[in-house]
Amino acid sequence: MLFTVNKSPFITQNLKSCLKYVAKCCPILLYEDGVYAAVAGTTVEPMIKDALKRVDIYVLQEDVKARGLDNLIDGIKVVDYAGFVDLVVEHNVCPWI
Amino acid sequence: MAEEIKTDEEQAEEDKTKFLFIMKKSPHGSTYPQEGLEVILIMAAYDQIINVLFTDDGVFCLKKGQDTAGIMVKNFSATFKALESYGVEHLYVDRQSLKDRGLTEADLLTPVELVDEDEMREFIREQDVILPF
Repeated sequence: MLFTVNKSPFITQNLKSCLKYVAKCCPILLYEDGVYAAVAGTTVEPMIKDALKRVDIYVLQEDVKARGLDNLIDGIKVVDYAGFVDLVVEHNVCPWI
Repeated sequence: MAEEIKTDEEQAEEDKTKFLFIMKKSPHGSTYPQEGLEVILIMAAYDQIINVLFTDDGVFCLKKGQDTAGIMVKNFSATFKALESYGVEHLYVDRQSLKDRGLTEADLLTPVELVDEDEMREFIREQDVILPF
């Protein structure tokens, strides 16, 4: 099961509630404003780092670039649209919108 | 050891698609919950396995005593009571979401099953289709 998060973690609880339900070995993909959670040095970084101990976290490159973000948290995997498609083909999707 | 033979009924049950609706938004802040409810009712007509999880602000959908006359929208909350008769298997409610909002089971308009995320993690993984509202 691939969990997807597309809202900023600073205005909604989506990321937090998603992490609550993510089982071990279910990957998470951050896209659209969800990518803000991938940046190092924010208040949500500890939550992401803790999750990385259990699951893979992917971030959509195009959305990261569009927002001018760099300095992503170590361990987060960057995928492009093609990688996004691969993940969706490989897993059932649980959209945490 | 005899091989287990499934009856047609058991096989038919196994072939059904498992749907989980996740209601996570408050009832009258957007049209999501009402639309979700409509989709649940439509899918229930197809004789598949349907479960619903209320979590986050979605637990407010089940709050007793909603009166929407003053905001001029339909009060669809009563329809949640009818889901069982449409063949929806379980209404699960996240215990912590309820507690965080100062609610107990007694505040809800229909009997539900309180669950923790530990119980739901595996359950979510086992689903064929997840529809969030």
